[in-house]
This record gives sequence, structure tokens and C-alpha cells, in this order.
Amino acid sequence: MHMADALLSPAVGGTMWAATAATTVYCSAKVRHSLDEHKVPLMGVLAAFIFAAQMINFTIPGTGSSGHLGGGLILAILLGPYAAFLAIASVLTVQCLFFADGGLLALGCNIFHMGTIPCFLAYPLIYKRIVGDQPSRARLLTGSLLGAVIGLQLGAFGVVMETTLSGISELPFSSFVMMMQPIHLAIGIVEGLVTAGIISFIWQARPEIMEKAAADQPIGALPIGKILIGLATATVFIGGILSWYASQHPDGLEWATARITGNKELKSSSEIHQSLQGVQQQTAVLPDYGFKEKKEGDSGRLGTSVAGLVGGFTVLLLALAIGLLLKRRGSVGHDHSHDHSQPHHH
Amino acid sequence: MSRKIDQAFYDIGHLDTLAAGDTPLHRLDPRAKLLTTVVFILTVVSFGKYEIGRLLPFFLYPAVLIGLGELPLTFLLKKVLLVSPFVIFIGIFNPWLDREVMLQLGPLAISGGWISFISLLLRFTLTIGAALLLIATTGFAAICMALEKLGAPQVFTVQLLLLYRYIFVLIGESIRMMRAHSLRSFSAKGRITYRVFLQMLGNLLLRTIDRAQRIHMAMLSRAFTGELKIVRQFRFGYKEICFLVGFSALFILLRCTDVTALLGHLVLEISR
Repeated sequence: MHMADALLSPAVGGTMWAATAATTVYCSAKVRHSLDEHKVPLMGVLAAFIFAAQMINFTIPGTGSSGHLGGGLILAILLGPYAAFLAIASVLTVQCLFFADGGLLALGCNIFHMGTIPCFLAYPLIYKRIVGDQPSRARLLTGSLLGAVIGLQLGAFGVVMETTLSGISELPFSSFVMMMQPIHLAIGIVEGLVTAGIISFIWQARPEIMEKAAADQPIGALPIGKILIGLATATVFIGGILSWYASQHPDGLEWATARITGNKELKSSSEIHQSLQGVQQQTAVLPDYGFKEKKEGDSGRLGTSVAGLVGGFTVLLLALAIGLLLKRRGSVGHDHSHDHSQPHHH
Repeated sequence: MSRKIDQAFYDIGHLDTLAAGDTPLHRLDPRAKLLTTVVFILTVVSFGKYEIGRLLPFFLYPAVLIGLGELPLTFLLKKVLLVSPFVIFIGIFNPWLDREVMLQLGPLAISGGWISFISLLLRFTLTIGAALLLIATTGFAAICMALEKLGAPQVFTVQLLLLYRYIFVLIGESIRMMRAHSLRSFSAKGRITYRVFLQMLGNLLLRTIDRAQRIHMAMLSRAFTGELKIVRQFRFGYKEICFLVGFSALFILLRCTDVTALLGHLVLEISR
């Protein structure tokens, strides 16, 4: 599932965007310098293939429900991690702009879940390890299944983390996780099977394609060590920033903590609450998330008072009026310009 | 039978057509529109979760864009509605989980959960609307150019442009494939089974890889060196600066001061 702007806070969204932007720059440099240029049209067309393939629904045998392909792992297998990341990023960008899948801010998160995770985690650490340089049908199946399932689990977990840390949704962490992980397990299995199926098809129909793809990224050439270091750094960086904000949203995590450790923990975190509140008031640049604690008659803390609602609706009506006026004027203006643009016939 | 892929083909084409419109808004440099959209989304998203009134004035931006750009409201609303299920599904838990009453409108007691849910929906409409309006007033190629001028790596923008070109080709092929399948499948009634799906995609993939080879040859024959040159000139001039600075200032003002409460007090005072 795609992350949505509405569920994100600027801090979480911005952090993920920073990570994605950095990865994009890195992959672009890699593609430019190390890979031959026949990859450029291949990247473009394969991305279009994945885009089109995602819209073909098929019935899953046994359940009757429909499934469709994600495509991250297939691209990674055929193009290598760097080119595949750019291809997936481009597909997600087009989907975001044309189909409003998520939103511009959430694009950073979505590219991370469906690009970085399959290309830099599932592919090198799982698929490549299992399949190696001599694929067999069984190895393809295992590699694809595990890669897809684990990749999607991590992606789903990412969505849960980002939603919880943003604090817009009330869903507590544990309930959300309980919901997301099983669904994405099923999706991952389907994805893995479809990936294995298509790759096997290619492997049997035109084995030289697979051999070339495998030769392009021999298992030794993938800097797995570097990848792991990069990921660890990113995790610390992201985790560090996000946990600073997470400490201001104790709702879901606190609930989980309270369940595990008992009342003691709750008490001390309310002290942290107050000191953080003080910090937050000083750093007024950051938005007010609106703590849930409400005192009697403290409607000032509320984002919405009666006056606010009245004012809001007034502005809404004004906005509608302005929009209609502009539209009316635009079409009238065009008629005039048409008149003037008519050549004078003598 | 309207399939997802037919609908997608229509939508992309239609948005493309809208983007080719000729209004002063369309003629603005894409960088201005892109940056303004980013500021818009960031300010909307930065509100606390219980804000409703303060979010409403932000509808001014979509209203102005739709008006100036002469865009069809119903089409855009339908697209927003189409992608709303996930967010509604997540947000609907809010009223259920957050039951403390926050607002009393006479006899009506509204819980915090409902307020945050409505706020969520407003955010959703605004942010999704902003992205759609960006593409509807700017066009994909122009956005790619804007991205490149703003610093995105060229490999990525070339990739975006190539993808865009070939989406139409690949979707066309897929539609023909699916139509051929449904014409030849009597008992399956056009539904694609798992095995057939694998075969279809496998074949499509093989054809795509061959096509890539032909494209590469064609590009080399035309002296492709890795960058796509764009002939259309773009200028970031006075109008663009006004647009960007004006709207950004408005958004930040709306974010920092509670204009709606002031207005509401005014209205309530007058009505007494």
C-alpha cells in the first residue's frame, strides 16, 4: 500500500525524502559512470513495462481474488540495483502525479519502500545470495519468494513506522502492525510467485538474457559491504531524527510501552512530556501537534473553535466564488481574443 | 467492460490534454508551479491533527488554479475520490479510538476522533489535489525539465521522459493483448488466470527487451549521447516570482496566524 501525504508530518516526510533524494543521486552517478549506455533505453522501456504490467489484474487460483505485480524485484534482477532503483522511482513518480497515488511528500517514503528496499536489501542480500550465478528453477523460486516476502514486510513496517511517528492517525502501533503485516505477507507471496514465474519464463525462453543480466552484476561486484554500511548509517540517521519526534508522540508507542512495562514507565514519560512541551514551545518553528491532554475550558489549545469553523467556512465560500469568477472571466476573455485574432477580410 | 488499464490510458491522456491548455497559468515557468506546490503541501501537512478551520482557507489555492487554468472540477474530484479508500480506511479508526469530547456545538458533542478524521480528509483532498493540479497545469515533460533545472540528476530526468514516452506504447500493447485474450476465452469470460498471466507478461517482457534493443540502435543512429535536449525556452521572470512569492507568503501567513478565527469572530459579531 502506498503511503499518503495526509498521514505524514513534514519531519517524517522530509527525512524520507532526503534519504530517497540521496539514493537517487547516488544511483544516477553509478549508472552514468559504470554501466554501458544501452541500459538507458532498457531502463525506460522496462519501467514502462512494469507500469503497464501493474495494471493487468489476474485471478489468484484458489481464492478468486485478483492480484497484480509490484515489479521491484524483477527490475532489480534484469537491470541491477542502481538502474532498477531509478526505473522504479520513475514509475512511482508518474503514478504519484497522474494517479494521485499517495502524494508528492509521500513519494519519498514510497520510493524507499518499493525501490530502496527491493533493490538494495531484497535483491543483493536475499535473491542474489540464493540464486547466485547458476540459477535453477528451485533457486529462482526460493530467491524470489523470500526476497519479495521479506521486502514487502519491511516496506509495510516502514509505512506503519512513518504513520505512527507522524501522529496524524490515531492507530496505535501494535494494531496497525497486526493489520499490515499479514496483508503484505499475502501480497508478498503473490509477488514472489509471479516474479519467479516470469523470470523462469525468460530463463527458459531466452536464457542469454538472464545470463547477461547475471554477468552484469556478478555476485562479487555488488558492494554488499558498502550497501550494509550505507543502510546502517541511514538507519541511525533516520532513526535518530524520527525518534526525537517520536518522543513527542507517545500515544502509540507509549501504549505499547505501558503494556510491556507497566505504570512506572508511563509516569516518567509524562515528565518527559512536560519538558518536551517546553522545548517545543521555544522551537516554535516546528508545528504544534496538539497534545491530547485537555484541561477544562481550555478551548484555546483546540485547533477548532466555533469561531474557527465559521471563519473557515466563510473563506471556503470565498474561495469557491473566486474560482468560479476566474473561470468565467477566462472563457469570456478567450472569446474576445478570438475576435481580435480573426484576420480582417477585405 | 472498463478495465483498470483502459481507465489509466484515458486518465493519462486526458491530463496530458489539460496540461496542453493555453492560459496564463499554463504559460508560467514550471519551476514556479512546482515550488509553490511543494510549499503548499508542506504547510498543509504541518498543521496539528485537530485543525479544521485553519485548513479550509487553503482551498483558495486549488480554487484559483482550477479557475485560472480552466480545469474540469468533476474530473479532478473523481480522481481524488478514487484514491481515497486507503486513507479513509486508516482514518476511520480515529473516531473509534479517540472518544473524548472536544467541541460542543450546542447539543452536539463532537469527539476529538471525528475532528482529526475530518482534518485528515481535508489534508488528503488538499495534498492530492495539489499534485493533480500541478500535472494538469504543467505537463509531465515540463515538470521533468523543471526538476533538471532545479538540480535533479540528468540520468533520472532522462529516465522519466523515456518512461513517459513508452508508457503509451506499452499500455497500447497490453490492451491489445488483453483484448485478444478475452476474445479467445469463452469459459474464462476474459478473466486472466495465473498461468496465462505469466505467459502474457513473459511474452510482453521479451518483446519489450527486443524493443529496447531497437530503440537503442535508433538512438545511436541519431547521435544520442545520454541527454535529451529540449527546444522550448523557459524563463523564470517577474510573473513567476510574483506567483511563487505571493502564494508562499499567503500559505505561511495562513499557517502562522489564525485568520479564520478572526474572520469567524467578525462574522459572529456582525450577525449579532
